[in-house]
Amino acid sequence: MKYVNEYRDAELVHGVIAEIRRTVTRPWTLMEICGGQTHAIVRHGIDQLLPPEIELVHGPGCPVCVTPLELIDKALAIAASPSVIFCSYGDMLRVPGSGRDLFSIKAQGGDVRVVYSPLDAVKLAQQNPDKQVVFFAIGFETTAPPNVMSILQAQRLGLTDYSVLISHVRVPPAIKAILSSPQNRVQGFLLAGHVSAVMGYWEYPPLVDEFKIPMVVTGFEPLDIVQGILKTVQLLEAGKVEVANAYSRAVSFEGNQPAQKTIKQVFQECDRKWRGIGMIPMSGWGLRPEFDAFNAEKRFNVEAIQSEESPLCIAGQILQGMKKPHHCPAFGKSCTPENPLGATMVSSEGACAAYYRYGRIELNQQVEQV
Amino acid sequence: MCLAVPGKIVEIYELGGLKMARVDFGGIFRETCLEYVPEAQVGEYCVIHVGFAISLLDEKDAMESLELLRQISDLEEELGTEVAS
Repeated sequence: MKYVNEYRDAELVHGVIAEIRRTVTRPWTLMEICGGQTHAIVRHGIDQLLPPEIELVHGPGCPVCVTPLELIDKALAIAASPSVIFCSYGDMLRVPGSGRDLFSIKAQGGDVRVVYSPLDAVKLAQQNPDKQVVFFAIGFETTAPPNVMSILQAQRLGLTDYSVLISHVRVPPAIKAILSSPQNRVQGFLLAGHVSAVMGYWEYPPLVDEFKIPMVVTGFEPLDIVQGILKTVQLLEAGKVEVANAYSRAVSFEGNQPAQKTIKQVFQECDRKWRGIGMIPMSGWGLRPEFDAFNAEKRFNVEAIQSEESPLCIAGQILQGMKKPHHCPAFGKSCTPENPLGATMVSSEGACAAYYRYGRIELNQQVEQV
Repeated sequence: MCLAVPGKIVEIYELGGLKMARVDFGGIFRETCLEYVPEAQVGEYCVIHVGFAISLLDEKDAMESLELLRQISDLEEELGTEVAS
């Protein structure tokens, strides 16, 4: 497959890693913001191939992981209604709310469906005029253009029984929150390639100027990731603070203009709570008032639901790069993908699930022996 | 969640007022919305996320950066600094 195979060439990957080894002279801590990259790094063992000076910490870029508990509880309340067809991306079904998940609602007779595209949810609304179709619109900037298109398409088709439950988050405010923390130890960022395909990287120069750390737009294949790490290390070693692009075949500085325009037409910036982290000001997107008719929280009167997080799970610290999954006493014991305590163990992009799946369980035992 | 895969546009058409395409993912074909890459042509590759093309791939750029990485890799062979593993 073109644009895939050539970026999985092991020889080239090893060549770039050797160059990283030649370039690095002292320890550096980098964060990959995107959970998809965390998964690729652990899956391909890139973290273990890097020289010991480079530490990768894993960021909060997993929308399933950061969707706040109370929003999951709202989804559960809506999905349990007999008049509703509740549509979601597959990853959300097993994320625990306060006690239940969407799978158990489905098992109890709720009409919960996994969709590949938000346009599939619109199609369901067309086919089922006697039902309320609700789409769980979660995601970062990458998923915003598809999600908003479903709203515009429903409006165009005059579908009055289609609505969306929104949990949309944005990367730049999360980076700002991480860098503003007194416990921050991140010295360079790998920026999320597909978020940047949509948004470009014009939002980052002010952050680079404020916090004086380099950021590099990075793709998802093994060669893309080591290229992003090499570029970040080169900038760090040269003392340069700037934004660079190591994924230029898919990303431009301006990003996808039609997509950004459409997002702005439907969404406005708002405060958003991140699961495990808390409120980050203006870190989310919500519907503009003129699209209120599509707001599932208002339609189903679930705005008042509030929930408390389990104190056992340290996902919040993991999502901010302060701890790693194997530092959690529950990791691989009371918390497994079959029986998750937190969302980072559920999502395929969650750091805990990646560590568990790709055999980093022994790290846990090493910690215990120390 | 932000996973997106490259695919080749094999056919462009309109459906329900939206610009759509049949896209080839290495032998698997899926319907994709092209509203965000209106300039896309049949034969071009784009990055697809949840049924939407979000970016057109720049072939020239891809070739150039691969060439650069090959040069870095060749340098490694010449210097022979890779630790045997």
